[in-house]
Amino acid sequence: MAATMRLVNRTTFRLRMGQQYMSFSSAPKEKTACVKAAHALPQTVKIVEVGPRDGLQNEKTVVPTEAKINLINMLSESGLPVIEATSFVSPKWVPQMADQVEVMKGIIKKPGVSYPVLTPNLKGFQAALKAGASEVAIFGAASELFSKKNINCSVEESLQRFEEVMKAAKEAAVPVRGYVSCVVGCPYEGQVAPEKVAHVAKRLYSMGCYEISLGDTIGVGTPGSMTKMLEAVTKEVPVSALAVHCHDTYGQALANILIALQMGISVVDSSVAGLGGCPYAQGASGNVATEDVVYMLHGLGIQTGVDLSKLMEAGAFICRIINRKTSSKVAQATCKL
Amino acid sequence: MGNVPTTVKHCLSYKQVIEEYPWFRSWLQEEKIITKHVYPEFVKIVEVGPRDGLQNEKEIVPTRVKIQLIDMLSTTGLSVIEATSFVSSKWVPQMADHTDVVKGIQRVPHVQYPVLTPNIQGFQDAVAAGATEVAVLGSASETFCRRNINCSISESMLRFEEVISTAKDRQIPVRGYVSCALGCPHEGHIEPSQVAEVAKKLYEMGCYEISLGDTVGVGTPGSMFKMLQKVMNDVPISALAVHCHDTYGQALPNILTALQMGVSVVDSAVAGLGGCPYAQGLSGNVSTEDVLYMLHGMGIETGVNLDKVIEAGDEKLKLDISIKVIPKIHIEMTSFK
Repeated sequence: MAATMRLVNRTTFRLRMGQQYMSFSSAPKEKTACVKAAHALPQTVKIVEVGPRDGLQNEKTVVPTEAKINLINMLSESGLPVIEATSFVSPKWVPQMADQVEVMKGIIKKPGVSYPVLTPNLKGFQAALKAGASEVAIFGAASELFSKKNINCSVEESLQRFEEVMKAAKEAAVPVRGYVSCVVGCPYEGQVAPEKVAHVAKRLYSMGCYEISLGDTIGVGTPGSMTKMLEAVTKEVPVSALAVHCHDTYGQALANILIALQMGISVVDSSVAGLGGCPYAQGASGNVATEDVVYMLHGLGIQTGVDLSKLMEAGAFICRIINRKTSSKVAQATCKL
Repeated sequence: MGNVPTTVKHCLSYKQVIEEYPWFRSWLQEEKIITKHVYPEFVKIVEVGPRDGLQNEKEIVPTRVKIQLIDMLSTTGLSVIEATSFVSSKWVPQMADHTDVVKGIQRVPHVQYPVLTPNIQGFQDAVAAGATEVAVLGSASETFCRRNINCSISESMLRFEEVISTAKDRQIPVRGYVSCALGCPHEGHIEPSQVAEVAKKLYEMGCYEISLGDTVGVGTPGSMFKMLQKVMNDVPISALAVHCHDTYGQALPNILTALQMGVSVVDSAVAGLGGCPYAQGLSGNVSTEDVLYMLHGMGIETGVNLDKVIEAGDEKLKLDISIKVIPKIHIEMTSFK
C-alpha cells in the first residue's frame, strides 16, 4: 500500500477518457517546476555522427578519400555507435561524395558500429549495397518547396521513390533510417506546420524506417517550436524511434536538444567539429558540434559511450585537412584552458 | 476516478499493480514524456555588454563609443544596462573613464544603469558621478577571490557590507554577483553549498538580486540544476539571476534549465561582448541576441526589440563577434514562435 501511495503521490494521472489531469501531489508550483527541470532524462543517448557525410557535404574544400577514411576510422575509435559514412548521390550534384564507393570499401568497420549511407533512390541503394553498405538512409522533407528545390519533386513523389528503396532494403534485410528536413522552418516557405512534419514522419515510419531523424535544417527552431513539433510527431511515431538533428545557425541547437531529451528523445545527430556550414547562408553555422553535445550529455550524467578526447582528436584532424577552425566551443576551450 | 482507485482500495503492492494493470507502466512512461514545463511569462534581461563585456575586450574602446553603445541599447527596450565599473583604472584600464560614461549617457526613464562598486571608495565615486544603482561582485571560490580582488571571501563580504549599508542609507539598490558558481579556473569544481553560502550572505546583507555567474562557462544543465536547487533553499527564486558564459557552448541550455526552475532574470551581453578572460579568443558572455531569440521563440516576453539590439551590436563594434543570430537569414523571425 505504501509503495502504491508513494507512486500515486509522485505522479499526475491522465484519465483515458476526457483528458482530465489529476495531481495527487501537494507540492507547490515552484517545487513542481523544479522537479520537472530534472525530469526523466534518458540514461543513455545514442549519438549519430553525421560529420563525414552531412558535415563534409556542406564544406567547400573537397577532402581527399584517404582523409575521409582516416576521419571515419578515428571516429570509430572514439566510441561513436553510428557514423554516417557517405552518400550514394550522383557526383554531378554532390562532388564531395563522388568517392562514395572507395570510402565504403576503405573504412575499417569496427564491430558494433553502424555505417549508414544516404541513398536517395533505388539506383543509389543498389550501388551502396554493392559497395558493402549494411544500413542506408533516405531523406524526406516537411516542406513542399524545399523538396522541389532540393530533389526536384514533391514530398509525395519523393515518398513514392522511397517505397522502392524500402522494398529493396526489406528484401536485402538492410535497415533504413528516415530523415525529415525542415521540421521547424524552411528557407523558402518559412514556418512549417507541425502536422505536416508528423505526416511525413509517420509515412516514413510506416514504410519501415526504424528511426526518423527530425532535422531543423536552417537552425531556426527554439525550445518553443521544437516542443510543438515534437508533440505533434510523438502522437504518430513512438518516441523511441525518433532522433533530432539540430542546426546551430541561430545558436539554439543545444537548448533544442535538451528539450528533445526532456520529451523522451534519446538519439541525437551531430557533426564532429561542427562540420558543415549552413548551405543557405555563407559563413553561418550548420550542424551542431558533437563535442559540445557530448560535453552537455556527460554533464547531465547521460552515457554516450563516447571518449571526448578521442573525438576531439578526430575533429582536430579534419580541421587541419580542410584548413578550418573548429566550430566546437568545447574543442576550442579545451585547447586553450 | 478511473481504474486506479480499485487498486488503491485493495492495497496492492506496486509489483501487483504492474502485473494486473499493464497499462499502468505505459501511463507513467507517457507522463514523463508529455509533462509540460512551466516557464516565466516575462524575463528581465540584464545587459552587461558595456561593463562586463567591454571589460574583457582587449581593445580600449573610446568613451564616446561606449556612451553611444549605451544610448543605442537604451532604445531597445532593455530595462537594465550595466554601464561601467568604479574600479581602479590601474587594474581595469578599460573602465578608467567610468565617471565620464556615467555623466555622458542619456538616461532613459524606466531604465536602470547599475555600476560595479567593489568597495566604499568606488561607491562614493559612483554616487558623486550620478549613479543610482550599484553592484558588488562576490565569489564562491576562495582562490578566485584572492586572485581577483586580493582578499578572502569573508574579507570581501566585510567590504561589501560597508557598501551595502551606505547604499541603504542613500536608498540606492545593490545587486550582488557570485562568480564561479559552476566552476573555478583555479579550484575546478565548486560545491553548490559554497555558492549558496555566498548568495545567502549577499541577500541577507541587503542585495535585492543575486546574479549567479558561470565564470568559465564550464557548467552544464546538470550542474546548473544542482547549484540552483541548493541556492533556492536560501534565496527566493524571484531574487535570482543567471549569468552564463558560453565558453563551452552551454549557455543557452543552462539558461533554459534555470528558466525551468523558475529563474526569470538573465544576464547577457550584446554581440557576445567579452571574451573569456582566461584564454585569448574564447567566448565569454552569452550574447543577448541569442538569448532573446530563444526567449521570444518560447513565447516569453522581454520587452526588448531584437532587431535594435542587433543594430547596436553590429554598428558600434567591429570586434570579432561570437553571436550566431544572423540578420541575413531573417525569415520572418517573429513567425517562428
